[in-house]
Amino acid sequence: MKLLVNGEAHEVAATTLAELLAALDYEGDWLATAVNSDLVHRVNRAEFRLSDGDRIEILSPMQGG
Amino acid sequence: MFELLGTTLPSRLLLGTAQYPSPAILADAVKASGTAVVTISLRREMAGGRAGEKFWSLIGSLGVRILPNTAGCHSVKEAVTTAKMAREVFDTSWIKLEVIGNHDTLQPDVFGLVEAARILCEDGFAVFPYTTDDLVVAERLLEAGCKVLMPWCAPIGSALGPVNMTALRSMRGHLPGVPLIVDAGLGRPSHAATVMELGFDAVLLNTAVARAADPVGMARAFGKAVEAGREAFGSGMLEPREVAVPSTPIFGRAVFS
Repeated sequence: MKLLVNGEAHEVAATTLAELLAALDYEGDWLATAVNSDLVHRVNRAEFRLSDGDRIEILSPMQGG
Repeated sequence: MFELLGTTLPSRLLLGTAQYPSPAILADAVKASGTAVVTISLRREMAGGRAGEKFWSLIGSLGVRILPNTAGCHSVKEAVTTAKMAREVFDTSWIKLEVIGNHDTLQPDVFGLVEAARILCEDGFAVFPYTTDDLVVAERLLEAGCKVLMPWCAPIGSALGPVNMTALRSMRGHLPGVPLIVDAGLGRPSHAATVMELGFDAVLLNTAVARAADPVGMARAFGKAVEAGREAFGSGMLEPREVAVPSTPIFGRAVFS
């Protein structure tokens, strides 16, 4: 399945958002995820099924003004 | 002490966390400023979670309250989704809402701002909208559910200080019961003192401290200026006058001729 993760194209075997995070070696409680511009809560990542062409954003705390 | 949305804060200075020369200097500047609230952003995590973790643990060690922002968002949808993501990560309903309308001036898109504010207020957020000094927009934001407003005094990062004192005075005068925090455009401690003397409740700044030659010293200076301005506001300042008035009593003056 082809996905766009943080603006970069990825070809992955993962079928859920949680599997995608694991496959790409993301970990930690300080990550926030959105699929196709909508928030996917942490607790829903395991059930959230991805579709070909989905746009995924994985964000974390950064310096800000 | 400063009462903000039911929270008692020891300082009327809110500080941004961006652009410091190093994490250690950021931490020292936060401590020197006396601030109890810092702004933080969310950005794409490219290091598997480790970059965010490092920064997050540094902030956690400072014992300050977090005001996440939606910096860089140019649409209502972007801002709303970013706010929701921030709420999940930072476990706070506070959000500094930015919807940018112009790339050059970083002026808020006030139409999108009001729309996003309404959506987020209905969803239970405590929205801190980064807005202009326009009074009608301020009233629309209050109607949308905002309980605090954050007008600019000049463009973000410009260090110009208050460029429209009349508008700031007017906003303060028309909205006496609303917490007003001047956000953006402050360059010097005297600018902060000036807006605090007008009766603004607090200031939020970042670049003026982070890009100073000595950010820790400047953070301390801003902390003092904010306190001084607030105390002056509450102490009844003299109105300027065109004539000299002797400060030493005339009565009892010696006569030598």
